[in-house]
Amino acid sequence: MEGLGVMSAGLGAGLAVIGAGIGISRIAASSVESMARQPEATGDIRGSMILTAAFVEGVALFACAICFMIQQG
Amino acid sequence: MSAPHNPDEIDIVHHLVDGPPQVFGLDLTMLERFGVTKHVVMMWIAALLLIVLLNIAARQKGDVPRGLRNFFEPVILFIRDQVLMPNMGKAGLPYLPFLLTVFFFILMCNVLGLVPGGATATANISVTATLALISAFVTHFAGIRENGLVHYLKAIVPPVPFWLWPLMLAVELIGFLAKPFALAVRLWANMTAGHIVILVLLGFIFLFKNWGVVGISVGGGVAISLLELFVALVQAYVFTILTAVFMGMALHPEH
Repeated sequence: MEGLGVMSAGLGAGLAVIGAGIGISRIAASSVESMARQPEATGDIRGSMILTAAFVEGVALFACAICFMIQQG
Repeated sequence: MSAPHNPDEIDIVHHLVDGPPQVFGLDLTMLERFGVTKHVVMMWIAALLLIVLLNIAARQKGDVPRGLRNFFEPVILFIRDQVLMPNMGKAGLPYLPFLLTVFFFILMCNVLGLVPGGATATANISVTATLALISAFVTHFAGIRENGLVHYLKAIVPPVPFWLWPLMLAVELIGFLAKPFALAVRLWANMTAGHIVILVLLGFIFLFKNWGVVGISVGGGVAISLLELFVALVQAYVFTILTAVFMGMALHPEH
């Protein structure tokens, strides 16, 4: 049964990474697009891009932390 | 500093979890019975460094910043003009010292965790939970002081039709708990995850015992360390700006 736990931790981490990858790339894509449209707003856009990317990353890391705990426990 | 490793039994977790107070070759084990651990010593070092460095920077006179003040002044102005003012407005200026303390302390703890021989105090959930609780307390304190207790409590629920009121109250109360929880887990998970990745990359050496993995281990380790340096900065910034956003919501509940 321990093997199943380790496997589920690995699967969970992978799924979390898929979600975070999609989320962060959507943020990056749309902010590069808007920077190209409005180069004068680059600074503001970069700030909110980093902030929202950190949100997405944070949620993914919640999942990764839970996976880590499954694997440890 | 630590016992010689058996290459067949590597224990990477002791780099992450709290332990006896031995950092940077300093052996403070005699303080262990007072409850002092590795992460406590790291927080002392971070606080001491900040007290010394920021005092040197703040004591410099004159209009033209030089040396250390030149280094810190743009960061402090960035926190004031880009983080505090857009989120909290003029009413938030009394809380600038709090935000600066939070920012510099988290940044220093994060960065000291990347120095060989040190430990990351912010990779300990108790440390980040305490920081998040402090931030929650200051947020509610600021809201109550600005609006008065009655008005602050009334403004917890935005104006909605009365039959939605109980649901909104429940949602907002969960929000009160979720905000500090998210702050704590975000910082902790970010700092822990980066270290785990570095340790896994270095663990390949012990796993394969082969020259072929040198590129992956060393190159990947360097790359992730650089990413960690960026993450250390971004997480300190994110913690600070989220505290500012929550405080702004508490100060101006209508918006």
